[in-house]
Amino acid sequence: MTAIDPTAHLTAEQIEELGRELDAIRDEVIADRGEKDAAYIRKVISVQRTLELASRGVLLFSIFPPAWLLGTAGLSVAKIMDNMEIGHNVLHGQWDWMRDPKIHSTTWEWDHVSPSEQWKHSHNELHHTYTNVIGKDNDLGYGIMRVDEDQKWHPFHLGQPLWNFINACFFEYGIAAYDLELGKNLHKRRRKDPEFRARAKAVGRKIRKQVLKDYVIHPLLSGPSFLTTLAATFTANVVRNLWSHSVIMCGHFPEGVQVFERRSIKGETRGQWYLRQMMGSANISGSKAMHFMTGNLSHQIEHHLFPDLPSNRYAEVAVKVRALFQKYELEYVTGPLPKQVFSAWHKVFRLSLPNKKPKVKTPDREQELVAA
Amino acid sequence: MTSTALRSRAWKLLEMVTTPLLPSDYLDLVRPLRTGADLRGRIEAVHPETRDAATVVIRPGRGWRGHTAGQYVRIGVDVDGVRLWRAYSLTSPANRQDGRVTITVKAIPDGKVSNHLVRRAKPGTLIQLDQATGDFVLPQAKPAKVLYLTAGSGITPVMGMLRDTELDDVVMVHCAPQPQDVIFRDELHGLVADKKLRLTEVHTDTDGMLDIARLDELVPDWTERETWACGPAGLLDAAEEHWTEQGIQERLHTERFRPGIVVAGDGGEVTFSATGKTVDADGATPLLDIGEEAGVLMPSGCRMGICFGCVTPLKAGAIRDLRTGEITEAEPGVLIQTCVSAAAGPCDIER
Repeated sequence: MTAIDPTAHLTAEQIEELGRELDAIRDEVIADRGEKDAAYIRKVISVQRTLELASRGVLLFSIFPPAWLLGTAGLSVAKIMDNMEIGHNVLHGQWDWMRDPKIHSTTWEWDHVSPSEQWKHSHNELHHTYTNVIGKDNDLGYGIMRVDEDQKWHPFHLGQPLWNFINACFFEYGIAAYDLELGKNLHKRRRKDPEFRARAKAVGRKIRKQVLKDYVIHPLLSGPSFLTTLAATFTANVVRNLWSHSVIMCGHFPEGVQVFERRSIKGETRGQWYLRQMMGSANISGSKAMHFMTGNLSHQIEHHLFPDLPSNRYAEVAVKVRALFQKYELEYVTGPLPKQVFSAWHKVFRLSLPNKKPKVKTPDREQELVAA
Repeated sequence: MTSTALRSRAWKLLEMVTTPLLPSDYLDLVRPLRTGADLRGRIEAVHPETRDAATVVIRPGRGWRGHTAGQYVRIGVDVDGVRLWRAYSLTSPANRQDGRVTITVKAIPDGKVSNHLVRRAKPGTLIQLDQATGDFVLPQAKPAKVLYLTAGSGITPVMGMLRDTELDDVVMVHCAPQPQDVIFRDELHGLVADKKLRLTEVHTDTDGMLDIARLDELVPDWTERETWACGPAGLLDAAEEHWTEQGIQERLHTERFRPGIVVAGDGGEVTFSATGKTVDADGATPLLDIGEEAGVLMPSGCRMGICFGCVTPLKAGAIRDLRTGEITEAEPGVLIQTCVSAAAGPCDIER
């Protein structure tokens, strides 16, 4: 929550007009969606699978350092592709229109310890509906960090750069815990809730399978390369976690991104919802390869406006969206990866320390933070 | 340990290796037509038959269990990136040596799949297949006298029979707008020349629609014949009536291609088939709300079309996307977002 509202210059009519213009952009892509897009996702999936197979194959000989390096690099890229350009986007229903039961949000399972079903709820439903609304969108600080000046400071926040780093290394576990709302549910009473227990069990099953595959079966198959294969898979998982954490931090944390009060979204119109997505997200600029490796989440603003459009279309949509930002005199937060990552980390460090009270005091803020 | 048990253990181990995917996901990369894979086929050739019909030669996967002449097969084809399923009669004999099968498709106006197959399908393309099915087939014991009564693309299952089973006394009455619209015309005339078939062509552009009463004149002994009829609903309705009047309806076997045609309207009666509830819906209220008001437990999420938490199978009928106005008709495998879809006519939601 910034003291100065960067959208204050817009009238209600303008905001609704903005909404209509965005709807038109969406309709254009949908009308044009077709064979080329389908061929794109099929190609990406087959390249990912081939790369993963090949890398696992090379790692069978990872006792030889060049094989270790090659296999680890390949597996890291394959895992990033699985999570970012494929998993995240398929689970958003971006490819459901193809009616291919194998590439569908209801059947897809990804290389991640959080089961797709749970992730879809916390991500697609909670995060994407209530983007950057403090107390509603738990992606803001993942429930462990202070991300806005308005939030009350607590000595616990001194350690947040460290929590954030640990979270980055083991990000997939952090997300699984987050999808389970572990912090909230570890209270004695909630722990016994059958619904929570069922979900916790599902996560346990998924973790067991993932760990068994990465740290037992594949190393065993490698025979004399047992230890080096184990180290390689561990490295690939950490690389993937660090990468996805960085990309995701860039989506909503950099300086210039707005957060919102819970009461500000009451009775929100479509135009206002769009505007909140625009002000609550940030992009990463860079090459085609960079966009691909981020799963096109480098087009976070476009993704938040149109979460169900195929990811390969965000680049072309971005040109039109950016023109709208200009037309309505809004700030399009973007920058190269290192700059955005630095900006996000800078905020994490800055807010780990107490700050002066903000200029505008919002009366019900403290209560909301307790709920968060 | 038996070999089956051993194999299932090995498979389990393989599943651990490939988790969260399945071993088949990787095998599909290299051998999509192998034994044990989901049944698919590969288009090997497309031969034009008339100006708007073509025969598609398909190499089915190893799991194909064969067919009986006269049966049809459901195929799933990706048209503009969207998988659409349609049923087509098999036109190849059941014992074709090279293991391939053929379907013969007539492009119908605005038909997405038929036009794609006739005009754009390329050899090498993979399609999805179901096993052949249907009871529009000849009996085990060959009937002495047979009449095939067909119109338009209704000739396709019958062609499968003609190519498969040689009978002693076969008469065929076939309707098409003009001579050049008769699918398989050369082959039929070849059979006539070899005295294996007696054929009457009715050219409806010049002769008008076939009046079923004319059968007495075209095939004087029609009441003695076992008859297989396939064509538009009008012809089949008339035939059924005619055969019933003679009290020989058991001699008539019919095949209808399009059992129900969806007429998209505005609102309609919505059936929640799993719960057995039926309620009226207008054309503006999301089906999610309609279901919840009717007390049906509906999956839900963001309620604005972005989270895909509410997708539910549409078993019958049509719905309208409230955002784009786009109509979606029920087909196997079609899931709809109930929070942004309204009834466009009567429909059946699997909840």
